[in-house]
Amino acid sequence: MALNTTILSEPNPPAGAAAGTPRALRLPRSPKVIAGLVILVVFAVVAVIGAWIAPYSPNLTNESWVQHVLVAGTGPGTHIKADYYPLPLPPSGAHWLGTTVFAQDVWSQLLVSTQATVAVGLLAAAISTALSIIVGVTAGYLGGGADEGLSLVGNVFLAIPGLPLLIVLADYVPAAGTSIFLVSLIIAITAWAYSSRVLRAQTLSLRNRDFVEAARVSGEGRVRIIIVEILPNLIPIVAASFLFTTLYAIGAYVAISFLGLAGSPTSSPPGLWNWGYMLRETFANDAVRGGWWWWWAPPGLCIALLGTGLALLNFGIDEFVNPRLRVAGLSRKAARRLGISRRPKLGLTPVVRRNVINVTSAESRTP
Amino acid sequence: MSLPGASAMTSPGSLAAPGAAPDRGVDPVLEIRGLCVDYGFGDDAAHAVADCDLTLGRGRVLGLAGESGSGKSTLAMAAIRLLRSPGVITGGEVLFHPRPASDGEPATTLDLLAAGEQELRAIRWSEIAIVLQSALNALNPVSTIGAQFDELLATHRPGLGRASRRDRAGDLLELVGMTPDRLRSYPHEMSGGMRQRAMIAMALALDPQVMILDEPTTALDVVTQREILEELMGLRDRLGFAALFITHDLSLLVEFADDIAVMYAGRLMERAPAASLFRSPRLPYTYGLLHCFPPMHGERHRMDGIPGSPPDLRDLPPGCAFHPRCQWAIPRCRQDVPKLEPLTGSHREVACWLHRDNATAPPELMRPDPAVAQPRTAAVSDTSAERAV
Repeated sequence: MALNTTILSEPNPPAGAAAGTPRALRLPRSPKVIAGLVILVVFAVVAVIGAWIAPYSPNLTNESWVQHVLVAGTGPGTHIKADYYPLPLPPSGAHWLGTTVFAQDVWSQLLVSTQATVAVGLLAAAISTALSIIVGVTAGYLGGGADEGLSLVGNVFLAIPGLPLLIVLADYVPAAGTSIFLVSLIIAITAWAYSSRVLRAQTLSLRNRDFVEAARVSGEGRVRIIIVEILPNLIPIVAASFLFTTLYAIGAYVAISFLGLAGSPTSSPPGLWNWGYMLRETFANDAVRGGWWWWWAPPGLCIALLGTGLALLNFGIDEFVNPRLRVAGLSRKAARRLGISRRPKLGLTPVVRRNVINVTSAESRTP
Repeated sequence: MSLPGASAMTSPGSLAAPGAAPDRGVDPVLEIRGLCVDYGFGDDAAHAVADCDLTLGRGRVLGLAGESGSGKSTLAMAAIRLLRSPGVITGGEVLFHPRPASDGEPATTLDLLAAGEQELRAIRWSEIAIVLQSALNALNPVSTIGAQFDELLATHRPGLGRASRRDRAGDLLELVGMTPDRLRSYPHEMSGGMRQRAMIAMALALDPQVMILDEPTTALDVVTQREILEELMGLRDRLGFAALFITHDLSLLVEFADDIAVMYAGRLMERAPAASLFRSPRLPYTYGLLHCFPPMHGERHRMDGIPGSPPDLRDLPPGCAFHPRCQWAIPRCRQDVPKLEPLTGSHREVACWLHRDNATAPPELMRPDPAVAQPRTAAVSDTSAERAV
């Protein structure tokens, strides 16, 4: 039986514009994802160029940048030598976010602080994600004694409260505050266990699927199976846990800086400027009670905004990696115009009647 | 047998000899009119089903054949609104005519495409049941077959007590050729054929008027396939449900279906009584499909198959979608889309320019129609003899 496999004389060209752009490169449509991306890109750009565009050094002190107020009961008319206390200046053209009681420029501090905060967040998340993949996927795939051992380590880290461990570690490593890497490593050690647990569970369910077993039978090595067969299926979880850990790491870094465990930029060796340290100074100098909002509000808002950006991106990430959640070619606006839900109910296929659908009538499409 | 009203349900339609007119004299139970289905929206949308008309007569078996991707399953799933996202119905209507009430008053017709969730829920399973291909995925792996029957009957037949539910479940299993002790089995303890039988029994549990069989036997071997289908057709004769049978196996349909509709690239291309379609195909595509199976007897000859592969639904060739693969294509096929229209002098329908106006069809497509020339061919009387048993 020989099938006649004639090559067709008229090959179908791929459907024009629709097939033009690879799916991965198409711009995301969800406004949530767009908003999250915009926020993250702005912070990333500031993190890179912040130190260059800052008008002053964050440590620079200038006597004329504070208002000197005479302490009551001193100076002329009394027998005590005149004594002054400094009052920070509110925002102005010269100082966009005003000054601190130490006569420093808040805007410059904010710009310079972005770098360490964002870098620690991303680096800690990267280290932690790598750790959780190595431990979680290995434990889940190997099973048996290896699983028992690795899971035990993970459970221990899960059981230890994170912040006290962080404080102990940061206190134990005095140089921690001077190096982005050291701080990130310390945070990562307290952060990896949760996502490792999630990855292990998912790996357990993947390892007995037919395609994995087929790979095992056909002689693929363990490492290859984990990297080629299993990891691609874990990408949604890994991506989501990366963003979540970034958020956690930023929070942790801010917390230990606020507690003064990550060094001070003015001491020796100098610590890194970050939003947590800015908040520490405002807290130590009663900025809230003094009503100097330009000092304490910006770092707090930045933390909240960056967290929001990460969370928004996390919400939308499923749509990137899970093609089933994506409704082909239908934007939210278009769905509303058609009067249907963008994720139609199962068992209730939407009916969108169109007037121009009748293609059966002698329609002449000239080739 | 404890099925209510089952013996009274043998409608005149099911007694009609195979080869009778597809629509004439048969009261329809499911009418699909001008159904259009798209996958996706806007410019990238693929027109998976375009303007399909199909009528399922009460108590009849309608076969829907075509290659993978020709839109058979999409058509059936869309007709009962079970199509998943991104499937969208863009036009047409699907009319369900319930069986007349016992006092002879005609029941109201329901347009499934205009129905709400509650109305659809009311008729699904109890009026229109579906049997899918993968029985292992459709059955809950952690509860026994009996528990699943029990749950179903407890929900839909609240009047039944525990003991009568168990009896009814046992009856249903016996109906499909299984023993009632199987109610204690878990799905993984049964073979593929038994699971599929259990699925069919479950679909029959509420005495539906329409069964949609979406490749129910594709995963089974030919012997089991045949057993199950014979069982099913026997049940059809006893219970009187109508069946829409979707398969890519045309030879199966020739044996079991009353009428066959052939789909290609989302359009219905030919519709005829099974014997007519088998003995005297009018459509080049049907001819090609039928010549993919070697005959058991007779001379050895070269099998030709159909050259090429199905077109991309997002970019159909102009004119008839089949013309690039058609050995008899005429210039008109490249320009105009043929419509499914009755052939002159017969009740069968075909969408092909070779049979229109003054075009001359090749002799292969002009064989005498058994339904017209000689009402009963050997093949047909074989199948009807089997059914009478």
